Amino acid sequence: MIQYIEQILPALLSGTKMTLLIFFWTLIASIPLGALVGLGLIQKFKPLVWLLNIYVWLMRGTPLLLQLIFVFYGLPILGIIFQRYDAALFAFILNYTAYFGEIFRGGFQSVPKGQFESARVLRLSYGQTIRKIVIPQVFKIVLPSIGNEVINLVKDSSLVYVIGLGDLLRAGNVATARDVTLLPLILVGIIYLALTAVCTIVLKMIEKRENVWQ
Amino acid sequence: MLEIKDLTKKFGTKTVIDDLSMTVKDNEIMAIVGPSGAGKTTLLRCITGLESVNQGQFFWNGTQFDPTNTDQKETIIGVVFQDYQLFPNLTVMGNITLAPTMVKKLPLAEVQKTARELLARLGLEGKEDLYPFQLSGGQKQRVAIVRALAMNPKILCYDEPTSALDPALRDEVAEIILGLKKQQMTQIVVTHDMDFAQNVADEIKRVEQID
Repeated sequence: MIQYIEQILPALLSGTKMTLLIFFWTLIASIPLGALVGLGLIQKFKPLVWLLNIYVWLMRGTPLLLQLIFVFYGLPILGIIFQRYDAALFAFILNYTAYFGEIFRGGFQSVPKGQFESARVLRLSYGQTIRKIVIPQVFKIVLPSIGNEVINLVKDSSLVYVIGLGDLLRAGNVATARDVTLLPLILVGIIYLALTAVCTIVLKMIEKRENVWQ
Repeated sequence: MLEIKDLTKKFGTKTVIDDLSMTVKDNEIMAIVGPSGAGKTTLLRCITGLESVNQGQFFWNGTQFDPTNTDQKETIIGVVFQDYQLFPNLTVMGNITLAPTMVKKLPLAEVQKTARELLARLGLEGKEDLYPFQLSGGQKQRVAIVRALAMNPKILCYDEPTSALDPALRDEVAEIILGLKKQQMTQIVVTHDMDFAQNVADEIKRVEQID
């Protein structure tokens, strides 16, 4: 059995690499973009808010799987062609930005108005206020919700296998189909558990660090 | 000297301040008193630029200024809010140095030196690295005062400075305000507390509810 594991492990690890790439780049892009969308959603300029609401509604209201298929198999019909990996990233970033946007909107709205006024009478600009006072407070507020989405993303990344990307799940599935054994799927499960465990620990560490102030 | 001329403030059709004029002389303490709902806080919010006015002019030493404009060269008005509104994510020192370093672009070391002196003067030495949640109400208020002073305002305004404090601390605030007066700080105190107003103020401005 050990021998068999050694034999399929390289394929699984290479799949894990793809899973991590999707995970990593989606987070790197969609957290800051989500913060911007959240900031947009609290503006007084109504057309912007409507536009963003429609975007959030579309992204949250349709399956991520549909969005992936749409980007990779659908858009080429309109002449927009993505490579598999780019298609996956594009769909994931668009989707996760919407979720993060809603989370950040809630975060921005829970910063008391008095904080903005206090910054204003100290003559801080809107940008300075957002960067130095609002974002740090929002970050702390949204951290648990962001954590949920981060864990979800680890698992959601397995959806890329529908557009033929060789991620962790696909690697396990291929091995199981070929060798008619459950072992690869169990290993896949263990690797996902390990990945989410690492995420959980890192998130806990960040939360702890944020607890120096209340 | 701060002069306010013909100030009118309406919320919708409701007039809260009607054609009010007042003058705050240098180094004096002006108390604004009146029953709740009379527009004391609204008046303060107009002076501090948090509300725009429907009508009226503000003059500092004869030069007109717009309190809502945050791009002025100097800080004319400093504010200590009723609930202090310290920034919870910053230490005491961070709260004080943020605006002077970011808005006035003063060197951090210089601002910190001034901050330490001000903190010591208000009995807050050793609290520099604490976060606001670790302070008592009275200490928060004093940090808010130091934070406002660090921007070197011409006038310091307080909104209901005694409302959240117990009686012993009330006298302490009076001492702080009178202490700042000795250092030539012009101050405006909005309060519903007549005794307190009479204790500290050189001049008392009454505002009444408009029907």
